[in-house]
Amino acid sequence: MSKTIPQNGLIAVVKRDCPTCVLAVPVLGELASLEGITVYTQDDPTFPEELLGGVDDTDLDVSYRLGIEIVPTLIRFQDGRDIGRTYGWDRAEWERISGFQGIGAGLPDQRPGCGAKNVEPGVIERLKVKFGETGLDSRRVSIGEDEDAFEAMFERGWSDGLPVVPPTEERVLRMLNGTSRDPKEVLGLCPPNLIPATVEKIAINAVMAGCKPEYLPVVLAAVEAILDPAFAMHGVLATTMFVGPVLVVNGPIRRQIGMNAKGNALGQGNRANATIGRAVQLVVRNIGGGRPREVDRATLGNPGKYTYCFAEDEEGSCWEPLSTDFGIPRGTSAVTVFAGFGLQGIVDQKSRTPESLSRSMASSLRAIHNVKLAPACDAIMVVCPEHERTFRNAGWSKARLLEELHQLCEMDADPMLAGAGGVAEGLSPKMAGRTVNKFRPEGLMIVRAGGGAGMFSGIIGGWATPGPTGSLPVCREVKS
Amino acid sequence: MTVLLDPTSEQSPASRERLVRPDRLEGLTVGLLDISKPRGDVFLDRLDERLTQRGIVVKRYMKPTVAKPAPVPLSQQIGMEVNLVIEGLAD
Repeated sequence: MSKTIPQNGLIAVVKRDCPTCVLAVPVLGELASLEGITVYTQDDPTFPEELLGGVDDTDLDVSYRLGIEIVPTLIRFQDGRDIGRTYGWDRAEWERISGFQGIGAGLPDQRPGCGAKNVEPGVIERLKVKFGETGLDSRRVSIGEDEDAFEAMFERGWSDGLPVVPPTEERVLRMLNGTSRDPKEVLGLCPPNLIPATVEKIAINAVMAGCKPEYLPVVLAAVEAILDPAFAMHGVLATTMFVGPVLVVNGPIRRQIGMNAKGNALGQGNRANATIGRAVQLVVRNIGGGRPREVDRATLGNPGKYTYCFAEDEEGSCWEPLSTDFGIPRGTSAVTVFAGFGLQGIVDQKSRTPESLSRSMASSLRAIHNVKLAPACDAIMVVCPEHERTFRNAGWSKARLLEELHQLCEMDADPMLAGAGGVAEGLSPKMAGRTVNKFRPEGLMIVRAGGGAGMFSGIIGGWATPGPTGSLPVCREVKS
Repeated sequence: MTVLLDPTSEQSPASRERLVRPDRLEGLTVGLLDISKPRGDVFLDRLDERLTQRGIVVKRYMKPTVAKPAPVPLSQQIGMEVNLVIEGLAD
């Protein structure tokens, strides 16, 4: 039979796999006798056998064009227009649409239908692509049949050096299902080329990074944060220093998408941690045009410039989450971005009092960049559970610990002057006789993460240009 | 055939033509831009001295921070006031 949709008459769309469709077969037979009906079958063209099979719609083209969501669907067409439709089996509705009373005698009055095959995940995207109704604006790049898509993407410079997932239209559509935001929404201007970063372009890069659709809201929040002028992404990219965006995730989204805040939180092995941070880096590379040895002038860089993203272990912590330091209430999902690099370990397996442990931590903090430089940078101290326990048992709040550390990082300038100790690096001679602090007052942040065993906390150092004249940490709420 | 969506801005950055180098500095106004990198002033002070000795008009400018691009008003001011700019890029 032809797949031309009739201009007039009754149409039904069914599938064998739907018990309600099977239930309604006698009614379809009645309508076939009374008026005639065109029945499209989504899964098995021999169904319904009573009507010698339906019209084969296993490619779902008709179902897509009719916008079917539930089977069975009964539609009345008149002069090529849909003038009424009903879903599932509902005698009164079928009588209204068909115009025949008393059909389906012996059947229950109502039965809900089943989901149509054309709206199943993976299928709807394929059909949108087939009918050119993706709504996506990005340029299509065709890869030849004999060409390896992965190699083609490397050659085009789209990769950070590791393989990226090919951003097909279907994958990007599925990615965009992860957010309710308009694909055309611009989140900011992406340095260095100041290109408008749209949700669509970010979704493409999230696909390439290996994200699942449910990670996209976190990626979008992180991109919003790095594009806030206060973060100074251009400078963070262009500097010769090591830094790149470090992402800390707070709130319920961490557990919803299965992020790792516990053992090896800053290491490999968790898809959400790994791919969200990578997506942000790919956004800067591909949308902004920021590439190593071009505008990215890093002398060494750091491995975190592939990806640097982890979650805070809020449930295991006696302290308020990092996001609350930025005014976002506990229980609200948020991402904080920080221009940071690497991890400097704090090994202390002997301290059992907060006084000893804070002094120990401060001595490591004073070494960031160079022991003779201060103020040096902002920093995040990632406190492991066994270290946090010492503060918890003593009743030290996060504010108390920060205050103690700040005092412990106030140092006599004299041993740090340029030339002192036989080292040319150091503070200006004008600082002689004074004290100097390693951090600006808001420059130290504390996050609780890590596995239950091991007295090993860590310091994520920052850019030498912290604060309002350089890069400020920025926190953004994760929106669905 | 695989069809991919372009992840880039889809635009090559416009390459800008460089201005023709002046044959001589005499009669021109030279801007010296300190980008706030340490010791940039040492380099620029010396240039200022040498250029001024030759009777060339020198104007001095300074970016508020090395970490961010020059504010637009500063770029516009420099563009209006001088014929060419020399800046110290590194410390």
